[in-house]
Amino acid sequence: MPAQPPRVAHDWLDNDAGPVVRPYAMTQGRVAPEDGEFDLVAFVVATAAGEVGADRLQPEHHAIVAASWEPISVVELASALDLSIGVVRVLLGDLRSAGLISLYEPPAASQPHDVDVLKAVVNGLRAL
Amino acid sequence: MDSVRSDRNGASSRIPVALKILIAGGFGAGKTTMVGSVSEIRPLQTEEVLTGVDGADDTGGVEGKTTTTVTMDFGRITITDDLQLYLFGTPGQDRFWFLWDELSEGALGAVVLADTRRLADCFPSIDYFEQRGTPFVVAVNCFDPDQRFGAEAVSRALDLDAGVPVVLFDAREPTGARNVLIELVEYVARRQLTSAASR
Repeated sequence: MPAQPPRVAHDWLDNDAGPVVRPYAMTQGRVAPEDGEFDLVAFVVATAAGEVGADRLQPEHHAIVAASWEPISVVELASALDLSIGVVRVLLGDLRSAGLISLYEPPAASQPHDVDVLKAVVNGLRAL
Repeated sequence: MDSVRSDRNGASSRIPVALKILIAGGFGAGKTTMVGSVSEIRPLQTEEVLTGVDGADDTGGVEGKTTTTVTMDFGRITITDDLQLYLFGTPGQDRFWFLWDELSEGALGAVVLADTRRLADCFPSIDYFEQRGTPFVVAVNCFDPDQRFGAEAVSRALDLDAGVPVVLFDAREPTGARNVLIELVEYVARRQLTSAASR
């Protein structure tokens, strides 16, 4: 992850004021990824290729690659990097085109949930 | 969307299974409290592109579009290394219905939080999940011990289908919120078994 530049306290710029850069400025105005969709609970894993190349990438792209050496869901990425979901999706589309990440979509929505999985969830919740 | 793996290079780590549960209900019904009481809660921004205010479908150009930021609550419960539960507090305002469609896609089910002082607030959520066929339980958040109604009375007042569980609980207590989730997952499992049996 890129080093954070030192922050100077400013009366007008804080969390309540919102981002200074409009979110989709990071994606050059693109609001949808180039190919496919990225489910909120799809998992992203950086590929080995992520260590090399990637000259034209922005800091946010690098941050995503750095955060996804272990499988991480799209929604966790957005929250961890404090980026909006839409922006993360566009950036993930770029990274996938560049071969820097693998994407694992959840099973199709039409499939019923496995009863064994549901039992495991119940047992897990009881053990909390 | 049909492929599970879409890229080369198998990862060395296993990919967990993630299940989505939606926490819905009217404003102030305790959605944030509930997500926070059972899981580590974090904010999630979604910057959504909206079409014109009148809702017309204008695909002509981006000039007429504007974006709006919605912050949702989301929390994760790690059941095992391979199994994670994601809770999403659905945005309350009506104009964010479009977000619900995505959230409920493939969701395990939903918890509709009800406040007996303002029971009508949860009608839209119930209508929505009934129409989509998303399994849900109604959880009555008992803020005020003096104002308790029985689960039966709430079920009648909401005109729920037979079998839809109604649970009384306190969203602030982790065990209460946890029991609601257990109720939901067991209900989903029951529905699954009966639909499998009738096939």
